[in-house]
Amino acid sequence: MILSIASGKGGTGKTTVSVNLALSLGQVQLIDCDVEEPNDNIFIKADIEGSQDVSVEIPQIDPERCLNCGACANFCNFNAIVDLPSGIKIFPSLCHSCGGCKLVCQNDAISWKDKKIGYIRRGKKDDILFYDGFLDVGESRPTPIIKSLKYQIGTDIDTILDCPPGTSCSFLETVNGSDFCILVTEQTPFGFNDLKIAVEALKKMDIPFGVVINRDGIGDDEIEIFCKKETIPILLKIPYNKDIAKLYSKGESFIDCFPEISRQLVYTFYSIKSMIT
Amino acid sequence: MKVAISSTGTEIDSEVDQRFGRCNYFLIFDDKTNNLEVFPNPSASTSNGSGIETAKNLTKKGIKAIICGNIGPNAFQVLDAEGIDIVNGFKGTVREAIKNFKEGNYSKASSPNVRTHSGIMR
Repeated sequence: MILSIASGKGGTGKTTVSVNLALSLGQVQLIDCDVEEPNDNIFIKADIEGSQDVSVEIPQIDPERCLNCGACANFCNFNAIVDLPSGIKIFPSLCHSCGGCKLVCQNDAISWKDKKIGYIRRGKKDDILFYDGFLDVGESRPTPIIKSLKYQIGTDIDTILDCPPGTSCSFLETVNGSDFCILVTEQTPFGFNDLKIAVEALKKMDIPFGVVINRDGIGDDEIEIFCKKETIPILLKIPYNKDIAKLYSKGESFIDCFPEISRQLVYTFYSIKSMIT
Repeated sequence: MKVAISSTGTEIDSEVDQRFGRCNYFLIFDDKTNNLEVFPNPSASTSNGSGIETAKNLTKKGIKAIICGNIGPNAFQVLDAEGIDIVNGFKGTVREAIKNFKEGNYSKASSPNVRTHSGIMR
């Protein structure tokens, strides 16, 4: 089973749920897809065994062949190519590697070259197979790194994908293909607002999902009313507890101090698994 | 010689917009004719690379210099490649910017003064 842990709003507890679930299960693949700020390994403390660069293809223009017609710049929706009186200029960090510029070039002046935008790492903690990825500083496109991470998904083991926050491209790239998605939320107006956006996205993608309420006890009951109305299962409530926050701030999981929640996480996991298979 | 000034409004007493790519207007001043042209920035709400697109559009206006608040690396590169002088970090009204420009009271920037995406959500 591929289980993604997402949220909409940042800081609701995706990492808390992901790492504590992984450590509670013991034998699982955990992939931290928040490549702009990966922090699962602060808690997992896996031994890193290897890493691999991630590159994208960007256009380069052969000045001998370029007719300065501007067709490539015209095609590019992202302003990654501009035609100036002084010549064609490429801004690689804006390129989405769609390949359109090469298709529209009349004189075959465009070729590809690789540009490194980050890397992924692989490690191990007991029976947890751990992966995370890092987008290079200054790069704007996390999705190729998330794709590379998702190539690591094994077929003979359950996989947890810790999603980036938000509901933009990086979230969509991560949850795409998941068997189930857990939306971690909190009972605040921001938590509720962003939960609704994430729900809309998952419905469109036809991915089954349920909600975990974190820091239960703060805020109001808007989310529960919403979930009831929309028939969205509330899978688990993790109580608001300062000791959980303290452990988190030290980079420690809560499974030893809160074995009951750890058991509930495992129970939730297997309930989902039996539900979808 | 023409100079473009990033502006929050269409009047000469409008404040200079601190954003470059996403500013609403450029007021283009021609010191030969003393004419002030209002150029609404068509790239203010473009999704990607607004600095680049804005700079490219300005190159078509026959300007020799721009006066602005902040300017990022991509827009800077385009203007620099086209030999357009950049005066950044200006705070005040368009009128004051023009006055300084006429008096030669400005210094050309040799590098951008903010990073990319600085003008988003301002």
